[in-house]
Amino acid sequence: MKRHNRKLLTVVTEAAVESILIKEMESLGALGYTITSARGKGRRGARHAEWMPNSNIRVEIVCDAFTAEAIIKHLHEHYYAHYAMIVLCADVEELRPDSD
Amino acid sequence: MIEPVVLFFLMGIVAGALRSELRLPGAVYEFVIILLLLAIGLKGGVELARQELTVVLPQMLAVVAMGAFLSLAAFPVLRGLGRLSRADAASVAAHYGSVSVGTYAVAVSYYTNRGIPFEEHMPLLLALLEIPAIVVGIVLARGFSLGIRVKSVAREVLLSKGIVLLLGGLLIGWIAGEDGIRSITPLFFDLFKGVLALFLLEMGLITAAQLGSLRKHGVFLILFGIAMPLFSALVGTALGLWLGLSVGGTAMLGTLAASASYIAVPAAMRISVPEANPTLSLAASLGVTFPFNVIVGIPIYHGLAANAHLLWGGA
Repeated sequence: MKRHNRKLLTVVTEAAVESILIKEMESLGALGYTITSARGKGRRGARHAEWMPNSNIRVEIVCDAFTAEAIIKHLHEHYYAHYAMIVLCADVEELRPDSD
Repeated sequence: MIEPVVLFFLMGIVAGALRSELRLPGAVYEFVIILLLLAIGLKGGVELARQELTVVLPQMLAVVAMGAFLSLAAFPVLRGLGRLSRADAASVAAHYGSVSVGTYAVAVSYYTNRGIPFEEHMPLLLALLEIPAIVVGIVLARGFSLGIRVKSVAREVLLSKGIVLLLGGLLIGWIAGEDGIRSITPLFFDLFKGVLALFLLEMGLITAAQLGSLRKHGVFLILFGIAMPLFSALVGTALGLWLGLSVGGTAMLGTLAASASYIAVPAAMRISVPEANPTLSLAASLGVTFPFNVIVGIPIYHGLAANAHLLWGGA
C-alpha cells in the first residue's frame, strides 16, 4: 500500500450553488468529490437540511496542493462575500493499492 | 369555517414558535412535495386534453405578461418606500411576481370543499408563472449584461424539481386522459388532502423559523407582504375577468397572482443575484405572505372574484 501526501478540502456551503460549484471545481482540476447534506449554524444563522433554500451541503475533495490552492483562491474570490461558506484545508495521506 | 388543512399549518407555526422538537424528516418532506406537484400536474393535464389551443394560448401569454408586470410593479415600491438596495428590491420583486404551489394547493382544497368549479388546466398557468418573474428580477438587478451564469440559471430553473414534476405530471395526464389515470387515483387524488395537511404542517414550522428575521427587518416588509398580494389579486382578478374565466377560475388566477414564491425563485436568485440578502425575501414571502394568503387571502380573493363577476362579468 502506497501513501500519497494530499490536501483534503472541506467546503460547507449553500445547497443552491451545488451544481455550479462542482462544475467549477472540476474545471480547476478536482478529479473527484463527495457531497453530503449538512445542517448547522454559522455567521449567517442556523441552516437546516430539509428545505432547499435553507439547506447546506458539505463537499469534500482530495487533491494535490496546487489544485487545492487554485480552488481556495477561486472560492475566496467568487463566493466568500455573498454566500454562507466555510472552507477547511488539511494535510492528509491517501492510501492507494501498490499497482496504482 | 376554516379549512382543516389550514389548522395543520397553524399547528406547525405554534409548535415552531414554541421551539418544539417536531420536524418532518427531510425525505418525507421531499416525498410530500413530489406527490403534491405530480397530483396538481396530472389533474391539469387531464383537463388540458379537453381544451382548445386557441382558448389556452391567449391565457398562457396573458399570464406570462402578468408575472412580468407584477415584478416590475413591486420593484419601485421596494426601492422607494422600502429603501432596499437594487439587488434586494429586484430579488423580492421576483419572489412576488412568481407563484407558490403550496398556496395553489390550499386554494384547490378550498374550492373543492365548497363545490366551486374552476378551470382545471390552471396548473399549466401555474408552471408558466414561475418563470417570467425570475427573468425580470435578474434584469432588474443586473441590467441586460447577462454575462453571468445565464446558462446555469436557465438550467437550474427549467430543470428544477418544481417545473419538471409539474410539466411531467401535465404531460402524463394529457397523454393518459381521465380513464388512464384512474388506476393511480388512490395515491395522487384520494390522499391529496392528507398529504397537503402534512406539507402545511412542515410549512408552519418553516414559517415560524422566519418570524425571527421578520422582527429584525421591520414593519415595511410586513406591510408589503400584505399589501402586495392584495394588489396582485386585483390584477389577477381583472385579468381573469378579461380572459372570460369562471368565478372559480378568476379567483384562482387572483390567488396565483397574490402568491409569492419560496422555492423556485429563492434558488434562482441565490445563483444569479448573490448580493441580494435571501433572508429578506423569504421573511416577506414565507413569514408574511404565505400565511396571509392561506389563512385569510384565499377567501378574500374568492369574494373579490365573485363580486367582480356580479358587477362586470358575463359568465
